[in-house]
Amino acid sequence: MTYLAKPKLHHPGLPKNALGYTRRDYEGAISTLCAGCGHDSISAAIIQAFFELDIAPHRVAKLSGIGCSSKTPTYFLGNSHGFNSVHGRMPSVLTGAALANRDLIYLGVSGDGDSASIGLGQFAHVLRRGVNMVYIVENNGVYGLTKGQFSATADRGSRSKRGAVNNDEPIDLVLLALALGATFVARGFSGDKTQLVPLIKAAVAHRGAAFIDVISPCVAFNNHPGSTKSYDYVREHNDAVNRLDFMPEREPIGVEYPEGGTRDVVLHDGGLLRLRKLDPDYDPSDKVRAMSFLEAHRARGEVVTGLLYLRPDSDDMHAALQTVDTPLNALSDSDLVPGNAALAGVNASLR
Amino acid sequence: MDPTDIARPDYFHKVVDCQWACPAHTPVPEYIRLIAAGRYGDAYIVNWRSNVFPGILGRTCDRPCEPACRRGRVEAGSPEHRKNASKPEPVAICRLKRVAADCKEDVRPRLLPRAAPRNGKRIALVGAGPAALTAARDLAPLGYECIVFDADPKAGGMMRSQIPKFRLPDRVIDEEVGYVLDQGIEFRGGARVDSLARLLAGDVGGRFDAVFVGSGAPRGRDLDIPGRREAAANIHIGIDWLSSVSFGHTTQIGRRVVVLGGGNTAMDCCRSSRRLGGEDVQVVVRSGFDEMKASPWEKEDAMHEGIPIHNYLVPLEFTHDRGKLTGVTFEKVTPRSDARGRRQLVPTGEPPVHFPCDDVLVAIGQENTFPWIERDLGLAFDDHGMPVVDRTTMASTLPAVFFGGDAAFGPKNIIWAVAHGHEAAISIDLRCRGESLSNRPPPHVNLLSQKMGIHEWSYDNAIHTDRRYRVPLKDTVIALKDIRAEVELGFDPRVAYAEAQRCLNCDVQTVFADRLCIECDACVDICPMDCITFTVNGNEADLRTRLSAPSSNAAQDLYVSVPVKTGRVMVKDEDVCLHCGLCAERCPTGAWDMQKFLLDVAHASDRLQPPQMATSHTGAASLAAD
Repeated sequence: MTYLAKPKLHHPGLPKNALGYTRRDYEGAISTLCAGCGHDSISAAIIQAFFELDIAPHRVAKLSGIGCSSKTPTYFLGNSHGFNSVHGRMPSVLTGAALANRDLIYLGVSGDGDSASIGLGQFAHVLRRGVNMVYIVENNGVYGLTKGQFSATADRGSRSKRGAVNNDEPIDLVLLALALGATFVARGFSGDKTQLVPLIKAAVAHRGAAFIDVISPCVAFNNHPGSTKSYDYVREHNDAVNRLDFMPEREPIGVEYPEGGTRDVVLHDGGLLRLRKLDPDYDPSDKVRAMSFLEAHRARGEVVTGLLYLRPDSDDMHAALQTVDTPLNALSDSDLVPGNAALAGVNASLR
Repeated sequence: MDPTDIARPDYFHKVVDCQWACPAHTPVPEYIRLIAAGRYGDAYIVNWRSNVFPGILGRTCDRPCEPACRRGRVEAGSPEHRKNASKPEPVAICRLKRVAADCKEDVRPRLLPRAAPRNGKRIALVGAGPAALTAARDLAPLGYECIVFDADPKAGGMMRSQIPKFRLPDRVIDEEVGYVLDQGIEFRGGARVDSLARLLAGDVGGRFDAVFVGSGAPRGRDLDIPGRREAAANIHIGIDWLSSVSFGHTTQIGRRVVVLGGGNTAMDCCRSSRRLGGEDVQVVVRSGFDEMKASPWEKEDAMHEGIPIHNYLVPLEFTHDRGKLTGVTFEKVTPRSDARGRRQLVPTGEPPVHFPCDDVLVAIGQENTFPWIERDLGLAFDDHGMPVVDRTTMASTLPAVFFGGDAAFGPKNIIWAVAHGHEAAISIDLRCRGESLSNRPPPHVNLLSQKMGIHEWSYDNAIHTDRRYRVPLKDTVIALKDIRAEVELGFDPRVAYAEAQRCLNCDVQTVFADRLCIECDACVDICPMDCITFTVNGNEADLRTRLSAPSSNAAQDLYVSVPVKTGRVMVKDEDVCLHCGLCAERCPTGAWDMQKFLLDVAHASDRLQPPQMATSHTGAASLAAD
């Protein structure tokens, strides 16, 4: 953290996006997290992704719960809508907001405590409902705000900073998300923005529940030998199954890759995902095989990263509920309260 | 790229753009911090050590530091400046220097001659300008007996004779020349040296162990066109005329004056004319406005006083009537590139234009002249009539004779003369001690952590977005009435503080310790100017294409680390770094540290008494990353 506000000056050659904004226009207030926190890198990746997607900041709603991770929405997209909710209850608030105004882009930011412990139930239901959102868990395996107790995602056998060994089974949020029906599931690492930024961009373009588990080392309490969420451990055990390029529709695709090494997926908004396979055995469209692959690698202590599962023809909660295209908060009183005659019609249809 | 060797003094010195650009390598950010702290005397001493004439230079310097100033580059990326469509501008370094001189307490006790017993060696210095005075100041404390000869009655050289008093009052010259002469230096005014042979033979003031020639470039170039002889009474050579004005011999000029030339002398001529009765004063220049040699601010000052500048006009002839000048005729020209791409001025074919006037001042350049140096002494001259002088040692081909200032390499400026004087003094000292001239002392270098606490630095690292402050001027009506009334009023302490805060403290260096880096990207994410990149190594041209932000200024170095854990290297583009220290504040392991780099160029006088540098802070413990 720092006491000095980040100077307003920026590089004279800083590029602008289609809206005329520089990346700096997507920043928020200066972070008060510990110096070197992985969460700050994730914030930087989110800033980069929204800048590159040419998204107007006021079209985004960022929601969070409680914890170090949930403080971060203050530090990015300073001109977006924000809601810092109750511990573990971000998914409910986000669901409500998404119901009321389907036109915004919803970004849920949570941590391993917020999502895997107190908010585990909420986490489950927001995914199975298919709320159209990007759900990012900034996963460091410890409770940083309370000085480093193991969280529910800490691996069995890993050691705390004081040397205590964790004897509980970890909750693997990626496997859980797959089981619960998330239609876009990925894992990234805060220390690898070249992988993380395209994952966030693709998740934004995806329609339905997109979940990204980002391993984010806690420099203060979980970056020591014996930890499985430290910079060194994740770098040594990172098994990236693929690399992603995300190309919005309007840009011509110029890069060529060797035959069989890539796979293109067209998303709902016409954007194109190009997957560069790093592991020839990994197929992100096959959920069953993906789950066994992940389980097998986890058992070996490896951290599988990349786009792990994608259902391109996914739908979201609004489709399931058959709501109108106009956001509910934009409907007029006469549409919302059509009167006795309409009620009589409904009642009659049910007799 | 190979890892950057930061132990090489030049590396960090080059990052301090202003100090690097200054011929005398004045530690600019150091004295600016002292000014901000209200320690004007200390700021003055820092200057005095390096450039000898802070008050004079604070008014008249050519300021090579300012175009180099990083502030000018970083403001180009300021949203604030874009909004106001204002020009990015450097810190007003020169005028801050004047503040140190104006506001200082009595520094005389600190400048007292450090009494060393006379060492029996005698040095003659020809000309009492900035070069010779600098050399004498450096040599006198070592025990040398220095005797300065000058044709003028008072010391100061061109600073006194050619710079108008409304830019540089006599009291400032008297004070600072006095500080030098008070070091136990003998000045012989009104004593023109007219033979080097006799000087060397001991016929002028006795035998000398070395001679320093700082006689300047005293001859103004003439313009030999029709009418020059006939109208001679009203055609004056610029620098001679200025000198005559300066010493009070000339007190008036005609109502209509044409000044020929586009350099700083021309600007001084036209502004002086306005004060001596010239009501209709015009400057006429061969070249275009932007190509004029005069400093932009001097052109501004002239125009501010209602003096028009006419460009692309080549003088054809002086018109006259019965021996009296009536005007000057000019041919209109236009710039055009020739077949080889060189710019040339070609006539437009339009009829000549006539500027009627009563007096003409010719300020089209200066030349060196050495009629007093016999050509059979073994002192070599080149084809242009210039002495052959070594650019490092300032030595001529005659072992005991050294040159400096305009006499060495042709007309330059005061700060270059000072730099020459320092180097010549080192050479003279080496020679008198029988050492090789190549055995030059290294600079004094100090690199010290500025860390005081987790978020505390011993320098003010907040970045201010103020735009450059203007120096207040005396009302033109009043200023034009008195040629001795100084036009620029100088910053008051309050404005000086605000201007000083614009300085980025480029001497507080970002120092990277690769062993401590855990590659968390915190520095990359926080850097407001996107200076830092972690990437795989490559050659410089390749690396410059792969950095976080465009890297188009190849004149600025890349700071490259040895490979860190993942095999990548840290690359920092020094170009637009704000030196705000956010990288170091955000670094969880202290791999980045802010360390003040203080480089003090060696001076001859340091040999007996090493410099005691004033520092802009006290008591900072060294918390270097080691």
